[in-house]
Amino acid sequence: MEKAYLKKLWWEIVITIVIFSIVPLLVLGAVGYRQFSASYTAKITENLKTLAENRQGALDLFLEERVAQLVTLAGTHSLDRLKNEDYLNKVFNIIESRSRSYMDLGVIDQEGHHLSYVGPYYSILKGVNYKNEDWFNAVMASGIYVSDVFLGFRKVPHFIIAVMVREGNRNWVLRATIDSDILENIVRAAQIGKRGDAFIINGNNILQTTPRFSGPLLEHPTTPDFAATVAPLVEEITFDGEESLFGAIPLKIKKWVLVIKEDPTEQLTPLLRARYLAGGIGLAGILLIILGAVFATRSLMNELQAMERKKAVSDDMVVQSSKMAALGKMAAGIAHGINNPLAVIGEKAGWIKDLLRKEDVAQSKNFQEFADAVNKIEFHINRAKKITHRLLSFGRRLEPVTEKVHINRVLDETIDFLENEARYRNIDIQTDLAADLPTITSDSSQLQQVFLNIINNGIDAIGKNGRITIKTKYIAKNDRLSIEINDTGPGIPKELLDKIFDPFFTTKEVGKGTGLGLSISYSIVEKLGGRMLVASEEGQGSTFAIYLPAG
Amino acid sequence: MDKFRVLVADDEVDFLETIVKRLQDRNLEVTGVESGEAALQLIDSQEVDVVVLDVRMPGLDGIDTLKEIKKKKPLIEVIMLTGHASVESGIQGMQLGAFDYVMKPVPLDELLDKMRQAYERKLLQEGRI
Repeated sequence: MEKAYLKKLWWEIVITIVIFSIVPLLVLGAVGYRQFSASYTAKITENLKTLAENRQGALDLFLEERVAQLVTLAGTHSLDRLKNEDYLNKVFNIIESRSRSYMDLGVIDQEGHHLSYVGPYYSILKGVNYKNEDWFNAVMASGIYVSDVFLGFRKVPHFIIAVMVREGNRNWVLRATIDSDILENIVRAAQIGKRGDAFIINGNNILQTTPRFSGPLLEHPTTPDFAATVAPLVEEITFDGEESLFGAIPLKIKKWVLVIKEDPTEQLTPLLRARYLAGGIGLAGILLIILGAVFATRSLMNELQAMERKKAVSDDMVVQSSKMAALGKMAAGIAHGINNPLAVIGEKAGWIKDLLRKEDVAQSKNFQEFADAVNKIEFHINRAKKITHRLLSFGRRLEPVTEKVHINRVLDETIDFLENEARYRNIDIQTDLAADLPTITSDSSQLQQVFLNIINNGIDAIGKNGRITIKTKYIAKNDRLSIEINDTGPGIPKELLDKIFDPFFTTKEVGKGTGLGLSISYSIVEKLGGRMLVASEEGQGSTFAIYLPAG
Repeated sequence: MDKFRVLVADDEVDFLETIVKRLQDRNLEVTGVESGEAALQLIDSQEVDVVVLDVRMPGLDGIDTLKEIKKKKPLIEVIMLTGHASVESGIQGMQLGAFDYVMKPVPLDELLDKMRQAYERKLLQEGRI
């Protein structure tokens, strides 16, 4: 079979196996991963949302509590009472003792004058008039005001909560400064992981708390603008080439928005691990499939080649045997054609001989010459007869049969065929045939073909001047016959010894040998229940040994 | 040795003529015919002990002629003569009742021996009947 065709077939099988195995594997992997990824991402989003809501709740609670404290304080005291700074101081201390978030406390009348003040900046703040301040106007308008965070005189981030109280026909305002440390603390609890961030922005996208990474306090954060957020949202956003997961939720008390930022690669680590694992397993699977496909295909190809070889041998045996059958018929035809005239000549010679016995001829002076001539004719007719009979028996033997076979006789006949060729090449064929060789049941024509092949090979190997020795023996030990055919040829190189029975192996020139002779011989001997071995050494000639069962 | 009657059938005229002459020379009553049909006609009109039949003849061949002879006169012994060494036709002939078969070219002495044996068998068979 052609190499290119085999190669193509090899590729086809491998590719088919690989494709049909890998495609389902990939589909399975992709679907599984997608499902896992979707549910995991959903879980992460959910977690972030929960975290945001939780922090928002805490922030709102904190602010609401401060507002409620101030409202309670303002509502339960008259302005006159709180105007008294000693009293205010006492109240401040009580409040401060429980929640350390208050920095100062002040009471302002509706004209914006500071009536009383408790706190560290008494001298600065006591004389200030707030009438034109935005926050003052806002609290006068809405009753409760919570400011954005600012640094103020102390350079400490804080914010103001102010509540307005209506007492009779006058209004006054209770104002407290709150340290935003508490806010920072609440927000910080949402800064998770190594790269997670959380902060509060106001309506103008100004940072109200100090983020971990996203910029300094009171400036725009280095994140997208979430200032307009009105409902909780979770989004994955690529910003400045960085992919982040953002959660944003507005606070209730103030127009602030809590923003939580997470690094998805951090949060998705288990997912990534799953991805790598799936990828690894998939890759290993693909590798295994390819390896399996290659191995399976290789053994398949070997099988195919072996079958192809076997088929070639059996095909050739069929051709060979039909050739031999035709040859046999031809031989029989020739023999028959010759036998008839030979018979006539024989009869005529016999008749002359008969006549020569009659006395009148006996007196002829050439009588002896006649008699000699007739005898010679008979002798040569006999010789010709032997040849035609051998031809006939050769033809008959080409039909496959099981019969009683005298190996020595078969060998003798085979040698007869080759003797001329051998003599021409000055090759001496010697025989050492055991007389006690039992007759065996076998196929003499097939055996003859085997012997012909081997002796012919021997003659070819020797070329000119040499000797072929044929030895037969009966081995009582295992009830076998051995036939050894030895030639004085150049021998067979060691590396070729185990190849010589392979089909198509030949050392003869292209066109001279089919490379099938020994292979066919080998299978014939095997079929007849025997064994064929070869021993050879370079320069020492070769010996073929055939063992046949005697039974 | 009794003089017995022999019929030789062979399409090879030269062979037939000579063998008939040689057998007559050996004191046998010999008739030669060139075909199977002629042989069958002859055994109807003449008493014959042994028939020598060539297997391959044009028209009725040796095997068919043998069958007919055995039908008509089962006691006549037949020797098959063949230039073709097919063992099958020889064996077939034997199965059909031929006494033996010989291959051409055959030395006359050998053929004579066979004919005598055949004749002896014929006598034996007749004696039994």
